[in-house]
Amino acid sequence: MSFERRKVVAGYLFCLPFILGFVLFFLVSFVRTILFSFNELTLTPEGFSLTFVGLANYHYALNVHPSFPMDLLTEIGNLFMEVPLILAFSFFTALVLNQRFIGRLTARTILFLPVILAAGVIFRLEEKDMITQLSMGAAQPGLVFSGAALQNLLFSTRLPEALLNFVLTAVESIPEIIRASGIQVLIFLAGLQSIPRSIYEAADVEGATAWENFWLITLPMLSPLILTTVVYSIIDSFTSADNALVAMIRSTAFVGQGFGLSAAMSTVYFAAIFAILGLTIAVVSRWVFYHE
Amino acid sequence: MKNKIKIKIKPFLAAVLRMVFLTGVSYIILHPLLTKFSSSLMTINDMFDDTVKWVPRTVTLQHYRDAWNLMNYPHAFRNSFTLTLTVSMLQLMSCTLVGYGLGRFKFKGGKIIFALVLFTLVVPPQMVMVPMYLTFRYFDIYGLLPPPGLNLLNSYWPFVLMSSTAVGLRNGLFIYIMRQFFRGMPKDLEDAAYVDGAGLFRTFLTIMLPGAVPGLVIVFLFAFVWQWNDYFYITLFIGGKTDFLTHALDNLALRAVEGRTDLLRNHYSSLITNTGMLMFIAPLLLLYAVMQRYFVESIERTGIIG
Repeated sequence: MSFERRKVVAGYLFCLPFILGFVLFFLVSFVRTILFSFNELTLTPEGFSLTFVGLANYHYALNVHPSFPMDLLTEIGNLFMEVPLILAFSFFTALVLNQRFIGRLTARTILFLPVILAAGVIFRLEEKDMITQLSMGAAQPGLVFSGAALQNLLFSTRLPEALLNFVLTAVESIPEIIRASGIQVLIFLAGLQSIPRSIYEAADVEGATAWENFWLITLPMLSPLILTTVVYSIIDSFTSADNALVAMIRSTAFVGQGFGLSAAMSTVYFAAIFAILGLTIAVVSRWVFYHE
Repeated sequence: MKNKIKIKIKPFLAAVLRMVFLTGVSYIILHPLLTKFSSSLMTINDMFDDTVKWVPRTVTLQHYRDAWNLMNYPHAFRNSFTLTLTVSMLQLMSCTLVGYGLGRFKFKGGKIIFALVLFTLVVPPQMVMVPMYLTFRYFDIYGLLPPPGLNLLNSYWPFVLMSSTAVGLRNGLFIYIMRQFFRGMPKDLEDAAYVDGAGLFRTFLTIMLPGAVPGLVIVFLFAFVWQWNDYFYITLFIGGKTDFLTHALDNLALRAVEGRTDLLRNHYSSLITNTGMLMFIAPLLLLYAVMQRYFVESIERTGIIG
């Protein structure tokens, strides 16, 4: 066997674990979920049996279920609110952490902590915990700022109400945004490090200001990563266990109205994710700049 | 003269603003941890004392002792640690192999496989949980074993099988990281190894792998952390047993007030829960502290970026 041929075989062999896992566990489960969504599933001692019910589960999820359609729309709305904020925060933080200053290592260590602490259990427990709730008032700058004073100040400016509401919600969700930005900061920071120094040096020679450097070099060079970060944030928000819809899909399957309905909800939910991701990629990639 | 001052003021102002920003963000990140730590040392009386904010009036380690016993900490820790280490090592191995295959070799279908890797990342694990559950409940390798097949639930097998085939929790991301990493490594190194007569697998093991250590560290850290924090798969495959730290922690609040009817039981339960949360994340903080320098510095050289 020629060397090139052996390399091809080796390529497949290295990928073999994933190919096996994808076909045996992932694909089978994915197809079955879609299959289940058209059926009523009952567990039997030997396994399970399916009764075909057509679109009944979909009809129930979308037209009869008291909260599924609304929750889905809310979740998507939150996403449009959250992702730009995460993007802006992580981009800015990465720019700051990329500068040289005393205590940079400490700052980075603390700012990456959310990557470690984004725990499902802790999150759930904190939501109903007394001490956390009591201390929240002091901890959330949102609660301090969004008090009556800020609201009055903002509403007296006579800006459009939608904009004001956006600002208020944004301020309130600062801790949440910070918590969700760990990996994104990491991605941007890695990207900043990879911009060749020579470009900035050339710009210096031409007499470019820091402001011009940012808009004409840093931003375009990082634009592919903006796409990556947006996609990652959407996936992260949609698949995290503290997402209301994910929790509903889960409880419907095991304590609620059954596997079939849960599968139908999953399928609708997945279709929504897929559509939003497709749309986002189509829109964002229009102005992504590729250096090579 | 005027100009000179201007030049000095600008960087100074920038440094101050940077300090303010970083301090604020750090405060928000550290605040929950600090609250937990200070309240874990407090007596119940301190909770009602308005003059006590951070430093308890009387320091007590009683909550640690109580939480330790109520969670059956050594037992739960051992189980969680064994499972987490097994899973993260397996995921590290499988995702590195696949990442290398996708990053270093050109073959038909390679792009499709990579697209499928990204696809697994987009599907929420909750979407496929019911079929996954059934697959492992009646595990017959799709007809190879006689019905009703093996019941692999309540064992480590579902975790082992999924991790070693790179379809575990967020494994798509790990494959992506390793692929980007290997893609960025110089070709000369690899070619030199081939010229010297090293085989494909030996080249991977002895030449390419050592150069990928920063990537391996990141993937291992992520895999460990996410499995340690995992609540979803453990509940799905192992059920609500208290044998793991996640469940022990989840049940801690109830256990703490079992049989108590006094007015202070909720306060006590909250103190114990906060102490338990600290004990739960302590191993992660320790791991992060050990790997942190390496992790934070190596980011710059990793291929996380596209």
